[in-house]
Amino acid sequence: MSDTTFLDSTELVLNMGPQHPSTHGVLRVILKLDGEKVLGTDCVIGYLHRGVEKIGENRTYAQFNPYVDRMDYVAAISNGLGYCLAVEKLLNVEVPARAQCVRVILTELNRIASHLLWLGTHALDIGAITPVFYCLREREEALKIFEKYCGARLTTHAFRIGGLQYETYDGFEQDIRDFNKWFLPKVDEYEELLTNNRIWVGRLKGVGVLNADECKEYGVTGPVLRAAGVKWDIRKALPYSGYEKYEFEIPTRENGDTYDRYIVRMQEMRQSVRIMAQAVEAIPEGPIMGKVGKVIKPPVGEAYVSIEAPKGELGYYVVSDGSTQPYRMRVRPPSFVNLQALDRMVAGGLIADVVAIIGTLDIVLGEVDR
Amino acid sequence: MNLLKKVFLVDLFQGLWVTFRNQNPKYIYTEQYPAERPKVAERYRGAPRLNINPDNGETLCIACNLCALACPETLIVVTSERNETTKRKELTTFTYDTSRCMFCGLCEDACPVDALELTQDFEMATYTREGQIWDRQTLEEGPKPTQYKC
Repeated sequence: MSDTTFLDSTELVLNMGPQHPSTHGVLRVILKLDGEKVLGTDCVIGYLHRGVEKIGENRTYAQFNPYVDRMDYVAAISNGLGYCLAVEKLLNVEVPARAQCVRVILTELNRIASHLLWLGTHALDIGAITPVFYCLREREEALKIFEKYCGARLTTHAFRIGGLQYETYDGFEQDIRDFNKWFLPKVDEYEELLTNNRIWVGRLKGVGVLNADECKEYGVTGPVLRAAGVKWDIRKALPYSGYEKYEFEIPTRENGDTYDRYIVRMQEMRQSVRIMAQAVEAIPEGPIMGKVGKVIKPPVGEAYVSIEAPKGELGYYVVSDGSTQPYRMRVRPPSFVNLQALDRMVAGGLIADVVAIIGTLDIVLGEVDR
Repeated sequence: MNLLKKVFLVDLFQGLWVTFRNQNPKYIYTEQYPAERPKVAERYRGAPRLNINPDNGETLCIACNLCALACPETLIVVTSERNETTKRKELTTFTYDTSRCMFCGLCEDACPVDALELTQDFEMATYTREGQIWDRQTLEEGPKPTQYKC
């Protein structure tokens, strides 16, 4: 019989989640601990699995559209855009310029809404309670515009294959202009609250470093990649929906730590406002729906389209066998891929850093599990 | 300079000043539901309604079944029978399972005569699961939420 018992071991295995509030949903992280130091992590996902890809194979193209909103539910419009673009590529349909412009405005507004929710909950995890109230207050205004436009706030189902279902409401342009004008000082306000705050800086600087090479190795995209200094944005690299017409910058930082990711996302919100301001002044007149039949029956083939969702590269791969339903539907969700880097980022950190890192990855479990 | 900033807690007071500025009561956003009901947008996709002709009380539905075919969750069941005198299809029952509905609006888009519509009513809670399955009568009358006086 050995003299040592499990009490002598310094290693401790601890479950964090799936009910832990700072795992942003139902993520379970198994932590291997030495005191408060994290030796390794293991993610258990799938608690929110609904089989969205399989549902896609059992619905017609138009019917699957509302389901994609339910993957990344804080950025439902981006999801809808990605899916519509993929099917439009399959159908080889040209989307009218007016529809493209409105799509860009709503997608950028959704990016702001998504980043605001991220900022609020991330700050809440770190221990700053104030920002979440302000962020949700501002997000409310964005959601009101969605509600006025398409009748739903969160799972919007705003776009249809081939264009838009709804014409813009009276005063849409003015609402966007008002939002832009009102929102920019609010971003400065969040920065005033957080950017120089010593607790915020102390908790974020140098935490969860992921350098550019590691990012590429893991296939990490979005603000996490840009914070490591890689200037990669699908909106610039492979423009879609007329993004090449708008002037904006890709904010990047060098260090690739949690603080840099915070700065990058704050800058992105400003850039989104910039894109919206340009787009709203140049909404062309014309039809909002392309030439799409009542029954969507794409030719045999396959299409992959990726867009820059708030969380990173969101890809849709659709295979058609010529019937009214997709033969195969595959989604490349940014959160799922970004989550793989968690172990590397956490290694050697403290338990409190795990919370900060999950927050900074900006995962939505609806999208991770699908 | 940096040391002075650190000693006098400049960064913290900067944040507190933001919080202080937001103390103004005109920034209160809390809604006193149910005393104060939110005004939803005109295009809001809420409780379904089967419209009737206000003049004679007849349903506008022509029992074409397009809404049932458009629905991703196949939660709409339409039955009809042929009227022997007019040779037209007439609606007999219309069942709408709101418990499975995700209010995507595809049925509304599919309706050729604007009979089925998603309205601005959003208070649809019931005490039973069966109560979530709406028949033709409920669909025509709409939900009747309790009005509380506060």
